[in-house]
Amino acid sequence: MKISVIITLKKDVLDPQGKVIHQTLDGMGFDDVNEVRQGKYFEIDTKETDNDKAKAIVEEMCKKLLANLVIENYKIIDPK
Amino acid sequence: MKSSVITFPGSNCDRDMDVALKKFGFKNKMVWHADAELPKSDLVVLPGGFSYGDYLRCGSMASKSKIMQSVINFANSGGLVMGICNGFQILVETGLVPGVLLRNKYLEFICKNVFVKINDKQNKYFKNVNNDVLEFHIAHNEGNYFCTNDQLKKIEDNNQIAINYCDENGNIEDQFNPNGSIKNIAGIFNKEKNVLGMMPHPERMIDTSLSGEDGSIFFKNLIKNLK
Repeated sequence: MKISVIITLKKDVLDPQGKVIHQTLDGMGFDDVNEVRQGKYFEIDTKETDNDKAKAIVEEMCKKLLANLVIENYKIIDPK
Repeated sequence: MKSSVITFPGSNCDRDMDVALKKFGFKNKMVWHADAELPKSDLVVLPGGFSYGDYLRCGSMASKSKIMQSVINFANSGGLVMGICNGFQILVETGLVPGVLLRNKYLEFICKNVFVKINDKQNKYFKNVNNDVLEFHIAHNEGNYFCTNDQLKKIEDNNQIAINYCDENGNIEDQFNPNGSIKNIAGIFNKEKNVLGMMPHPERMIDTSLSGEDGSIFFKNLIKNLK
């Protein structure tokens, strides 16, 4: 089963890369952007076939390795 | 005094640290990250470098390596653990010291000498250092120290800030902050002050023919404090 995870920076954490992307978009003519925040995306293919169990395992992965909860939030996307 | 330097895949300051520790009298052992047991040590050093290619977040993979459980146990039982640069990043990922290290504010890799002011001398690392300001070297891309407001309050209440970026006279101001760190923080302790994480490299300042000797002051003093 494939499960996707999106990691984003928390609201108050400075995102200099997002800022530079925003500036570049601005320079390209996309001048109606309010803010850009950069994050990470993971696709995890697990042997677990039970939806809830797989999500629980991935949640543990997020807490223990994939995200640093001081600065990041994680969101597990429901497998289809 | 016995020390151990942990080598992770991608460490590149491990041998410099070995040279520095031996120069000032430590009997140093190099320890591979996949080993489970830590040799008997008075000091454990996590060196600088780019462990695991800085994948995911700097230090995140190394913090889960086999030897780290022994290092964490050693630290929790009061043993001295010092993380320099990538070693500091590994320490924050283990949770031994609070906070995280973000990308430098202006997105540039910084490699230069800096001055740091010693904020606290009631610890094994800086006790009896006569100088208040030391000149060290930094070389990093992710040294921008960040923590939550709650963490910062605890850090300040417990006097856990070890060193702050400053000018040669010890003025801690924004203009002397190379990477955007909160409060110009260059290094912090755990609550008990046996664990020290810092971005600057004292091991690069132990020889006048290289870049300076303030690292010598640090190491000479450290071994004296441990005896």
